[in-house]
Amino acid sequence: MTTETTATDRFTLAGREYSSRLLVGTGKYKDMAETARAIEASGAEIVTVAVRRTNLGQTPGEPNILDILPPERYTILPNTAGCYDVETAVRTCRLARELLDGHTLVKLEVLGDEKTLFPDVIATLKAAEELVKDGFQVMVYTNDDPIVARQLEEIGCIAVMPLAAPIGSGLGIRNPLNIRTIVENARVPILVDAGVGTASDAAVAMELGCDGVLMNTAIAAARDPILMASAMRKGIEAGREAYLAGRMAPKRFASASSPIEGLFFQH
Amino acid sequence: MQIILNGAATEVADALTMAELIEQLELGSRRLAVEVNAELVPRSRFSEHRLAPQDRVEVIHAVGGG
Repeated sequence: MTTETTATDRFTLAGREYSSRLLVGTGKYKDMAETARAIEASGAEIVTVAVRRTNLGQTPGEPNILDILPPERYTILPNTAGCYDVETAVRTCRLARELLDGHTLVKLEVLGDEKTLFPDVIATLKAAEELVKDGFQVMVYTNDDPIVARQLEEIGCIAVMPLAAPIGSGLGIRNPLNIRTIVENARVPILVDAGVGTASDAAVAMELGCDGVLMNTAIAAARDPILMASAMRKGIEAGREAYLAGRMAPKRFASASSPIEGLFFQH
Repeated sequence: MQIILNGAATEVADALTMAELIEQLELGSRRLAVEVNAELVPRSRFSEHRLAPQDRVEVIHAVGGG
């Protein structure tokens, strides 16, 4: 792998090429200005949004999240966060498609309980099937289970996104071996979605061979979200380059870096 | 007649169209999507879609989220 190929390394999703492998959420920021600055610093080109009731009769001039995400610059990825069953997840995706003028890319998550926010895998499989049949391009949040990941791919999801740890926990990659197995089995992009806490976690995900990482809280809940967004961008890039470079084989004992030959004294 | 608008009981004129409701709410210029009784009503049908008593109307938009 030459530096030339790493420079032209692109992430392809739904037929579109991206230079950034960091996908970011837009929740939990102090205000719209901080959200915009964090996204900018992250270099992300794919950005998630949620779908909720409009505030009626209040602040009609209030800025909307879509106002800071020009469609020519960002790919909007509406999510089904907060959905605990197939029906609400599918309804949410249909509303998002209408809201975004026929845009079919969605992030599906069907949650199992509020304490863990782990996915309800059975409901996720059913919702994915319905959405794929309805013409959606589904990126799916799931457990770090290689069998389920393969089934979601077989259903026709365009990307499978295993969690690294619970949503918003910042615990890092709890089961790197499963993530690696999911990556090795896959013919669609695999992205770690949820659980990353800091830049080294993002780098580890990329070193495991993931195609990208989706995160929100790790940036938004940092003391300085803008600086953390920049750190995450670099962590993703470093991890990707290390993966492409191919790490050295670990050895149990030392291997001197300086030559033995030409020593001018007796050892 | 009464409809349930974003979860709240709301009085509106009989046989109001969706286009009229959106205009009354001053949401005409906003990016939104609408469901009635859990079924999507596309924007292209707002002017012909008439509301009925006790319809559950959801007006949704995009917000920050991860």
